[in-house]
Amino acid sequence: MRREIPLLIVFVFGIFMMFQYFVPHRVSSDIYQELNNWTIIIGIFTMVIGIGSLLSVHYSRIRFKEDGWWYSIVTIVAMVGMALVGLIGGVNNDLFLNLYRFGLAPVTSTMFALLAFFIASAAYRAFRARTVLSTLLLLAAVVVMLGRVPVGEFLTNGLPEPLRLSKISEFLLYVPNTAAKRAIYIGVGLGVAAVSLKIILGIERTWLGGDGGK
Amino acid sequence: MAENNNIGFWQKLINIDRRWIYLAIGIIVFVPILIPLGLPVYVTSEVEAVFNRVDSLPPGSIVMLPMEYDPATMAELQPMAYAILRHCFSKNLKVITTALQIDGVTIIRNDLAKIAAEYNKKIGEDYVFLGYKPYPGIVILNMGEDFRKPFPRDYYGTPLDSLPMMKGVRNYSNCAMIIDINATSGVDYWINYAHTRYQADLAIGVTAVMATDYYAFLSSKQIFGLIGGLKGAAEYEKLINHPDFAAKAMDVQSIAHSAIVIFIIIGNVAYFASRGKKRE
Repeated sequence: MRREIPLLIVFVFGIFMMFQYFVPHRVSSDIYQELNNWTIIIGIFTMVIGIGSLLSVHYSRIRFKEDGWWYSIVTIVAMVGMALVGLIGGVNNDLFLNLYRFGLAPVTSTMFALLAFFIASAAYRAFRARTVLSTLLLLAAVVVMLGRVPVGEFLTNGLPEPLRLSKISEFLLYVPNTAAKRAIYIGVGLGVAAVSLKIILGIERTWLGGDGGK
Repeated sequence: MAENNNIGFWQKLINIDRRWIYLAIGIIVFVPILIPLGLPVYVTSEVEAVFNRVDSLPPGSIVMLPMEYDPATMAELQPMAYAILRHCFSKNLKVITTALQIDGVTIIRNDLAKIAAEYNKKIGEDYVFLGYKPYPGIVILNMGEDFRKPFPRDYYGTPLDSLPMMKGVRNYSNCAMIIDINATSGVDYWINYAHTRYQADLAIGVTAVMATDYYAFLSSKQIFGLIGGLKGAAEYEKLINHPDFAAKAMDVQSIAHSAIVIFIIIGNVAYFASRGKKRE
């Protein structure tokens, strides 16, 4: 029964959601909305598991004094502190907003801003014209990098339009890039449909647990 | 001896301490901030399509403008949001906004209020901020049926039915278009659900690294426009004739990209020179 009931639930609701898409009736739409609400509620339970798992990992790091264990203290204090301030004072209280404005916002902005430095360093070290394919990749990258910013247009403004970097980069994005992405998306789409069907029909059961719920 | 010195030079250049590269980039990006170059911004067809569609709407039309960015991606997407909001408010269009990325709710609330104040627009009458709900995919599906299902009240706690702007506005079919400004994979939900399932007219504004992923949707006409990164924002600023942060930042981005290209060239010259010398 531990296996059969979850499999039955997945089968019934999976089939319903598939057919519901093609049934524009009010009842069908209402059930569909209700199920969507359930999805949100069930999903929120996973947050509890996530928080529990995060606390357990960091607690064990602190307990066994693993490398960088003090970062775990920062993580736990920040998480619990922010949550308490929000829960007690509400999300619009000044302390909560200031923690966000002067704590979280600068930290996340800084992390993202560092990317420019890493990309410059990585491009210098790794972008080598070793083979024909890597040379093509390198040339495409250079054209798009320059063609997507004003300097590309500025440097090639005197050339006939099809030879301008902006136009070449446009061609690269619209034609080879689109062709490759579309192939990937179609492959992914078919894969998702196949796996979904396997799950709904109970062929794929790994989601029940490591051994397929046996 | 001289040959060894030569190989040593190229090898040293290849193995240069990365901190020198960081320093060089740091200095390079500061120069155009101090001395603006004023490089001309070239407008692409995918950004112009969004501008033209918004520009052609009659006053009072509703534009849905989900804004899903956080402090990390704010530098690229906030100027885009500002430019589109300015365009909408200057044309007396009404705006419905959501913030389906939790880290960005406060920023988006402030951004919306800031631009609305520039045009004396009132909350509930000229714009509505619905705020955040978890699970964007489900929220987008539910809004396709009725905004009131996921958001019975707006961000400030006012019931949607008591907001003058929301009278008679039920779902996407009451919006002239959706322009999703998004720094997450949540943009796929807008394409798959809001456009495909509910046939909403959709354009997207995404970060520059994400933009390449969505040209396929542009040519299949699943989205009618695409604003990519800070450059896209600068193009929109140019189109509305209101140059702001993105237009200024284009000089910085141009110089930074040029510097990276120069680094790539130096890296390759050093690589081939050291390889050639070794063979000799």
